[in-house]
Amino acid sequence: MIPPSFQYHAPGSVDDAVALLSQYGDEAKLLAGGHSLLPMMKLRFAEPEHLVDINNIESLKGIREENGEIVIGAMTTESALISSALLQEKCPLLPEAAGLIGDPQVRNRGTIGGDIAHGDPANDHPALMMALDAIFTLVGPNGSRQVAANDFYLGTFYTALEADEILTEIRFSPQSPNTGASYHKLKRKTGDFATAAAAAVIEMSGDTCQRARITLTNLGPTALRVKDAEAVLVGQVITDDLIDQAAQKAMDICDPVQDLRGDVEYKTHMAGEMTRRAIKTAIERAKG
Amino acid sequence: MAATAESLERKEKLQGIGCSRKRKEDPRFIQGKGIYVDDVKLPGMVYGALVRSPHAHARIKSINKEKALALPGVITVLTADDLKPLNLHWMPTLGSDVQAVLADEKVGFQLQEVAMVIAEERYIAADGVDLVEVEYEELPAITDPHKSMDPDAPIIREDLVGKDEVGHGKRLHDNHIFTWEAGDKDSTDAVFDKAEVTIKEEILNPRVHPCPIETCGCVASFDKINGHLTVHMTTQNSHLVRTVLAMLSGIPESKIRVITNDIGGGFGNKVPIYPGYVVAIVASIVLGRPVKWIESRIENLSTTGFARDYHGTAELAADKEGHIQALRFNVLADHGAFNAHVSATKWPAGLFSICTGSYDIPTAYVKVDAVFTNKAPGGVAYRCSLRVTEAVYLIERMIDILAQKLNIDKAEIRRRNFIQADQFPYNTSLGWTLDSGNYGPALDKVLKAVDYEGLRKEQAEKRAKGELMGIGISTFTEIVGAGPTKACDILGIGLFDSCEIRVNPTGSAIARMGTQSQGQGHETTYAQIIATELGIPSDEIQVEEGDTDKAPYGAGTWGSRTTPVGAAAVTKAARKIRDKARKIAAHLLEVSEDDLEWDVDQFRVKGVPDQVKTMKEIAMAAYSNVPEGMENGLEAVDYYDPPNFTFPFGAYVCVIDIDPQTGEIKVRRFYALDDCGTRINDMIIEGQIHGGLTEAFAVSMGQLIDFDEEGNLLGNSLMDYFVPTAVETPHWETDYTVTPSPHHPLGAKGVAESPHVGGIPCFSNAVIDALSHLGVTHVDMPHTAARIWKKLHELGVAK
Ligand SMILES: Cc1cc2nc3c(=O)[nH]c(=O)nc-3n(C[C@H](O)[C@H](O)[C@H](O)COP(=O)(O)OP(=O)(O)OC[C@H]3O[C@@H](n4cnc5c(N)ncnc54)[C@H](O)[C@@H]3O)c2cc1C
Repeated sequence: MIPPSFQYHAPGSVDDAVALLSQYGDEAKLLAGGHSLLPMMKLRFAEPEHLVDINNIESLKGIREENGEIVIGAMTTESALISSALLQEKCPLLPEAAGLIGDPQVRNRGTIGGDIAHGDPANDHPALMMALDAIFTLVGPNGSRQVAANDFYLGTFYTALEADEILTEIRFSPQSPNTGASYHKLKRKTGDFATAAAAAVIEMSGDTCQRARITLTNLGPTALRVKDAEAVLVGQVITDDLIDQAAQKAMDICDPVQDLRGDVEYKTHMAGEMTRRAIKTAIERAKG
Repeated sequence: MAATAESLERKEKLQGIGCSRKRKEDPRFIQGKGIYVDDVKLPGMVYGALVRSPHAHARIKSINKEKALALPGVITVLTADDLKPLNLHWMPTLGSDVQAVLADEKVGFQLQEVAMVIAEERYIAADGVDLVEVEYEELPAITDPHKSMDPDAPIIREDLVGKDEVGHGKRLHDNHIFTWEAGDKDSTDAVFDKAEVTIKEEILNPRVHPCPIETCGCVASFDKINGHLTVHMTTQNSHLVRTVLAMLSGIPESKIRVITNDIGGGFGNKVPIYPGYVVAIVASIVLGRPVKWIESRIENLSTTGFARDYHGTAELAADKEGHIQALRFNVLADHGAFNAHVSATKWPAGLFSICTGSYDIPTAYVKVDAVFTNKAPGGVAYRCSLRVTEAVYLIERMIDILAQKLNIDKAEIRRRNFIQADQFPYNTSLGWTLDSGNYGPALDKVLKAVDYEGLRKEQAEKRAKGELMGIGISTFTEIVGAGPTKACDILGIGLFDSCEIRVNPTGSAIARMGTQSQGQGHETTYAQIIATELGIPSDEIQVEEGDTDKAPYGAGTWGSRTTPVGAAAVTKAARKIRDKARKIAAHLLEVSEDDLEWDVDQFRVKGVPDQVKTMKEIAMAAYSNVPEGMENGLEAVDYYDPPNFTFPFGAYVCVIDIDPQTGEIKVRRFYALDDCGTRINDMIIEGQIHGGLTEAFAVSMGQLIDFDEEGNLLGNSLMDYFVPTAVETPHWETDYTVTPSPHHPLGAKGVAESPHVGGIPCFSNAVIDALSHLGVTHVDMPHTAARIWKKLHELGVAK
């Protein structure tokens, strides 16, 4: 449980951080909350020679509304998401789901940017970001670019982020009227990652579904968007039978690995059950 | 003489027996001022880190230290070859076997100790571990004890080949350790042959780990000038450790000092001596510098003292009304790669024969076969006396199964089989004499408190709607307080315990015991006993344990022996002092001893209320004005050898609901009534019950040390190994009755393990009760959501 030695850097700006990343390339790692990176270093699964701590970069922190969009700095902690009045009003999904991440220690240090950038399919933010159609701002030596959450995840621990890029901001639209959102996460105990989890964002018009986003956590090599389940619901008057069909679609695309949380059969069924519950809650909320 | 208001007031001020005195330890714990072994820092101290085997079964072809030794800051690397000249590459275990200190040509379990790197800094030691090159030749591993005795099974212990015995009778196979039996096989078989009803079930107590928050570790410090060895260690039994170290090292026991400060939980995990300790000590002797070795969490969970791994086949014979006529339990015990099972010499299967429980079972037979597998060695008593959880689990599960088979209510079947109050002392068919008990009223009190009838009605209604609700009952009898020295010894040392009390001239006192608190609050409760016995306020009594140079010899704290054995020694030492004080008082008051009566904190002349000598006055007189022929001073030592074990009991009820679609279990209610005889401090007892129930919840709902077929341990960190937090832990309701032990000087039994022992079957009984209408008689622990869902899915309940 002791990492090998490394060099520590603490730049004060995004530019300085990018410069360090460019200089050290693959040998450098950004340090955000450290709650994914440090455990891997202690187990010597990750052995970066340079740690670039970005906790001093104030511009990366905070939650604001800008041009009708919600903008969250990558270095904003889970605790800050949970206590944000703006999010509670305009995107209640995020504070609710952030409350299910880890434990208080993890939430006090862990950042939304770290959770997104880590590329761990067990992390909760990837599926949430995909359900919210979020856009990520990545800054590198050649300036900044925007990547949609739904295009960001390429494989386990493998994202669109280049080694010399920093995720600086996350943007998405506030929850629209007649929309409900919900995240159902099955876990063994507090502080655990999901055995299976599903996010649903659903817009209703009366009993008819207008728009749906359904995504899954820890049920495949990356977070998964279940377009087939969305297609089952959109344009339809929602019945229990339709919800079961949507849940079945989630089961069909998920591809979990067996671990001590359960085997493939269990996780697959839980993908269905969490999807069913997330859709039901989201619809209830949409109907107010 | 009736107690006056004035004397009651004096009594209250003492904070003696029966007072919920606040824990004296807590101010330092709450402020983070406890001193644990990793807090010990000595001048010139260096650090050890272990190189461990990635394989469960392999031959070591070579070990190359060169690269590690070349790393600046690495002082030395020790392997079995370095320990051989000192004959310390193997050490005796508590199970009459030997264990490799550092792997000698072969490894038998994953993460077995292969070498220790000693370095100037802890971080350098860790880097050094990575640089030691070990070449292995992998061998096939055995992880299923049922395959250990297959004819073609690989031999795990080549060092034992040709030995037909490992301390406990004949071996049947190279991977067999011993067979142990109790009871009467022939008459038991005869009862089974003609019984109206028989039931049989395979019941596993899976491998778990006590997982104390503080891992194991030591700081060994050998002084080359005077030949003294001081070892700071997190151990439950420092005196036994000192004796073993003397036997191992040849250093005179008088030159060895074992110091134990605060301990962050033991639960049996800190009873054995582990290889890391021995290597650290050798390193200190070789280098003449203090050596610190502290386990990581992964090392603790993977290699030190696991518990259980008892594979039971249980049978009961009964009549149609559910009266049990005979019990037959067979167990296959998985002891891992070395028999490091913690047991008293004569009890290789611990106290497993307590398995007749609270029931009047006339005929019984039990047999335990222990085998080697390629898993970590051990078999410690996790918050219980040796093998008692296993025993109680089997009987408490089986009586439920019998009820189910005969369609008798699960509370009623217990009533029909209880040993009755007038049968005590009761001799069980497996040879124990239960000291006292009153089982029926305890159960009735609990059933009334939870409205048992109402719960059964609600359950029937829920079942009609397809919902899953379970009601678990457990009416257990524990055996604690090892133990009578004629029956129990460890490495030849009897399991008595001791206390030494000195009363100072100004009337305060210091007391030292051979036991060892690991968080149980000994400083608080021992002082309360002395306060009541001697009339000295608890706050003025200093209690110390854990320094072998200061405290009298004792066997330490495990198996709930502190109150049954240690507290008896405390009481008797205090009474010796009071006897002397009476003589001094008689002398001061110029009356005969018979004219005196004891009143809270003073002796008074009978019938002459103002003729008194307080304990304070007597203490001063002991140092200045004693009767002729009497020695000065006011102190006593007592070594207490208990005449019997004590047998605490309890009645628990647990109510659960199961989510049929996810398999998640919610504990709705848990009601625990404990009878531990005389109660010294209600608050501390309640705290112990809460802790024990929480660990019972952990074991039944989630804890498992599991392996794949190659012997790789699955889930050796707290990410996977289930230690419940406040969020998961149910709310506990506690209650009690008081049935004193007739043979203990205070009437007290032990309590801290009862909730673990009695709680585990209660949870399981609730879970299986929830499924019983579907024809389920048993499912093995742990009852994780995934495993319960599997069962529900099989039964067609879950989608
Ligand atoms: C006990 C425990 C339980 C947990 N449970 C959960 C859970 O239930 N759900 C969950 O989602 N997570 C869980 N986590 C993970 C936790 O949320 C982490 O905090 C999170 O995954 C990573 O965020 P961080 O700020 O700690 O990042 P770090 O650990 O500091 O970094 C993680 C990775 O992301 C990179 N990185 C960080 N920030 C940026 C950035 N701005 N731009 C580019 N790359 C960056 C780092 O270089 C590193 O590779 C748990 C962690 C622990 C220890």
